[in-house]
Amino acid sequence: MDRNHLRHQVASMRKSLFDQGYLDDQFVQLEDLQDDSNPNFVEEVVTLFYNNSAKLIRNIEQALANNPLDFDMLDDYMHQFKGSCSSIGAKKVKNECTQFREYCTAENGEGCITTFQQVKHEHATLRRKLDTYFQLAKQGHASG
Amino acid sequence: MARNGVFSRRKWLEKSEGFDLSLSDSHEAHVLAVDDSLVDRKVIERLLKISSCKVTAVDSGRRALQFLGLDEEKSSVTFDGLKVDLIITDYCMPGMTGYELLKKIKESSTFREIPVVIMSSENILARIHRCLEEGAEDFIVKPVKLSDVKRLKDCMLGQDRMESEDRGINKRKSCETSDILSSSPSTSPPSSR
Repeated sequence: MDRNHLRHQVASMRKSLFDQGYLDDQFVQLEDLQDDSNPNFVEEVVTLFYNNSAKLIRNIEQALANNPLDFDMLDDYMHQFKGSCSSIGAKKVKNECTQFREYCTAENGEGCITTFQQVKHEHATLRRKLDTYFQLAKQGHASG
Repeated sequence: MARNGVFSRRKWLEKSEGFDLSLSDSHEAHVLAVDDSLVDRKVIERLLKISSCKVTAVDSGRRALQFLGLDEEKSSVTFDGLKVDLIITDYCMPGMTGYELLKKIKESSTFREIPVVIMSSENILARIHRCLEEGAEDFIVKPVKLSDVKRLKDCMLGQDRMESEDRGINKRKSCETSDILSSSPSTSPPSSR
């Protein structure tokens, strides 16, 4: 009975991640690649994403401290970041990245700085939610 | 939208039952994947392996050429004899772009016959056109999906199967695939071929 409740919770949490726009179909694509031979594939990709994006965030942070701002370089970093977000289905983060790039094109430094805070916020929020989700999902399997 | 991940994977398996995903009984397709993004390399590798391909994934055009034995600066006397059936490369990479890699491969008498597929996160018509003009087999808009990889397998399968086997069903599948390619409603741009 407990196990069913847990699995229900996992399914419910998963659904809300999609309904609230945190994740898009690409995440489902990753789930479809997970099986008994690769039971932790999604979590592995997400972990890779967070390790990788931490570095990009640091680079962008440093670049934003420059005066004057190098918008080409900022756009380049964000292009990479956005690409990774897209690959794991991180919808909200990706949208903030798009906004950031628009400010780069417009050479709007203020816009870049403000939007970058949003990027970091969504990035951190998703991480927390996914950490909880993966933990819950593993518990659901373990008790099986 | 939020369908059960396990259920959908089973559905895909059911769909693929009547469709043999290996080139032949003895030969699995060997794909050389080139992408500077670690995340993307992991994903493309898995997409290809799940489609019964052998994969070699490298992080730059330079390394791809080295693997093929085409790198001018590094004289590779010992060439890794593993035949490459398809090269799939990201477009935007530091150093050598996917387009530059494509050109180098098409300039090589040894490797110009290998189909090259370009991946890009940017759906730019001029870019797509330029790649196809240069001889790219196909152009995939990222993020790459299983259906994109399956489409590539069809294109590799079509060439081999027609030579070695006379199975009407496979010929029909190849035709259906090219129809799908030209009328696909997905984000992937229609092939100009």
